[in-house]
Amino acid sequence: MSVGPLLDVEELTVRFRTEDGAVLAVDAASFAMGEGEVLALVGESGCGKSVTALALTGLLPRGAAVSGRIGFAGRDLRGLPERDLRRIRGRDIAYVFQEPMTSLNPVLTVGRQVGEVLRRHQGMGTAAARERAVELLELVGIPLPRRRLGEYPHQLSGGMRQRVMIAMAVACRPRLIIADEPTTALDVTVQAGILDVLRTLRAEIGTAVLLITHDLGVVADIAERVVVMYAGRTIEEAHAEALFARPSHPYTRGLLDAVPNPARHSDGGLREIPGRVPVLASSPDACTFADRCGYADGLCRTRRPAMNRGPAGHQVRCWHPLSVPSTVEA
Amino acid sequence: MASTLEVVDLVKHFGPVRAVDGVSLTVGVGEVLGLVGESGSGKTTLGQCVTRLVPVTSGQVRIAGRDIAGLSRRALRPLRRQFNIVFQDPSSSLNPRMTVADIIGEPLRLHRIGTAVTRRARINELLDQVGLRTEVGRRYPHELSGGQRQRVSLARALSASPALLVADEPTSALDVSVQASVLNLIGRLQRDIGFACLFITHDLASVEFLAQRVAVMYLGQLVEVADRAELFATPRHPYTQALLSAAPIPDPAVQRTRQRIVLAGDVPSPVDPPPGCRFHTRCPVAVERCAVDVPLLRRVGGSGAQVACHLVADDGSAPDVSAAVPLRLPAARTHARPAPSPGR
Repeated sequence: MSVGPLLDVEELTVRFRTEDGAVLAVDAASFAMGEGEVLALVGESGCGKSVTALALTGLLPRGAAVSGRIGFAGRDLRGLPERDLRRIRGRDIAYVFQEPMTSLNPVLTVGRQVGEVLRRHQGMGTAAARERAVELLELVGIPLPRRRLGEYPHQLSGGMRQRVMIAMAVACRPRLIIADEPTTALDVTVQAGILDVLRTLRAEIGTAVLLITHDLGVVADIAERVVVMYAGRTIEEAHAEALFARPSHPYTRGLLDAVPNPARHSDGGLREIPGRVPVLASSPDACTFADRCGYADGLCRTRRPAMNRGPAGHQVRCWHPLSVPSTVEA
Repeated sequence: MASTLEVVDLVKHFGPVRAVDGVSLTVGVGEVLGLVGESGSGKTTLGQCVTRLVPVTSGQVRIAGRDIAGLSRRALRPLRRQFNIVFQDPSSSLNPRMTVADIIGEPLRLHRIGTAVTRRARINELLDQVGLRTEVGRRYPHELSGGQRQRVSLARALSASPALLVADEPTSALDVSVQASVLNLIGRLQRDIGFACLFITHDLASVEFLAQRVAVMYLGQLVEVADRAELFATPRHPYTQALLSAAPIPDPAVQRTRQRIVLAGDVPSPVDPPPGCRFHTRCPVAVERCAVDVPLLRRVGGSGAQVACHLVADDGSAPDVSAAVPLRLPAARTHARPAPSPGR
């Protein structure tokens, strides 16, 4: 029995100063994940999911004001000096970003880049790092790994580059991989392979995966638990199957109904969510979805809802969570 | 059947790159044909050839009966009102220095359709049709959201009442909730106005939603064309089977029980495509013949479906690709793991 969660984020708040004034990007987000768990942080552009991911290890630009607690394996990462954070990044927590071409160094060979992680974080010698690099490329499903070591990023396909990025991310057997839209730039047949790699890593190394995505198909494929974000706040949290079967927040429900599903043809059209995501300067004493919600009333517009256990058993931030089974039409 | 668009043996080479290599297809009057393929399949180039944004290497592009493939720019100009195109990124395809009304009215001005007064009425009608208020016409593109900009692109493309609309990934840059409204809009406009539409996308789900027929492209060529319901229910070409199995269904209860076909290797280079069937290098069921003989797109079964595969029989029966590869279940069933409960 482990002692507490691997990652425990409490009341994480991120503010940016911009030319157009202050922007509240993340508004008191709390969530936790266990060792080896695959948690998806889901939302549309501007919901704060990527900012949350970057904030976890202090990767935000200087102008960002961060508050709250980021517990990782029992320590609060927020108070740590940059030197300690750098050691944690790469060794305990690794990132995989959307576009591998901008994360890889174009003038260094694959072998050099994977090897550097091992030399720097694990103190390996050149020869040992090279052998380990071959194993890692094999682990992430790259054919002829020994030959690939001598190649440059531009010689690889997008899928192969993303596999190299993942190989670098797992080089030090991190306890947590933060994957920010790792398959968004890839074709579906390639995406399927990358999701398989993430699954394999979890099974073989026990790495937990925090998956940041807007793609509900990817969530349905790989996530165990899901946290939905909207306008900087977490608004619903549940096991993946429960969330898709019984969404409790009207926004979650709207999002699920907005996505065409090839498994069942929708003749009547897709459900639309009217309006658009607000950009907030400060946290309103209201539900941030109230202006777009068919169920909103005076309470929703004047008081901020807290995360509570809803009728379906999910954590939901809503004054009027949808009942089970949800049959109401907006 | 009358066709609005008839493409015959279209070829487009960019230097050594054989982007489109012998494609024939038709889009009927008032029909939506979904053109699906992954990066490098040539689907976007095909759309650019059809709208003559790039010169065609060889073949025919007949729009409303008239072949435009070989026409000079001057000869083409009066015919341009017959077709128009909507692109993926509306922020780079709208002139930032023009008002929305001027953008929408531009095709009318260029083709000298109507008077200033009737054009203004037409612009307001179009704004209404795409769900924008009249006063939006006075704004500039940067004042609009991504979804509103795509509505403006649609209004502009449809303003001269073209017979054919080419939509190239029109919703790929949009968030899911906005994507839904644009897909609904295209569907509604298409039903109300009745234009033919070549809908180009990598997203199978939106094709399933919008298209009546679907054409699947791989490495510059069509591998399968069929009615929507038939294609999604019984994909015949091994590539189509793999593509459909790889696209995740947004429902864990379904997705986690599906079997997936994971293809080996990458898409080969269109500079030097494989001989025989272009898919044979990655096809789990390929036989010797596939590496030698080029399979032609031919009708199979009784429904009018077309497939380019040696292994699909004339009666339409096709190899079960999932039986030929080591199957992978997409995900282990979720363990009943208690959610860690931070004190909140």
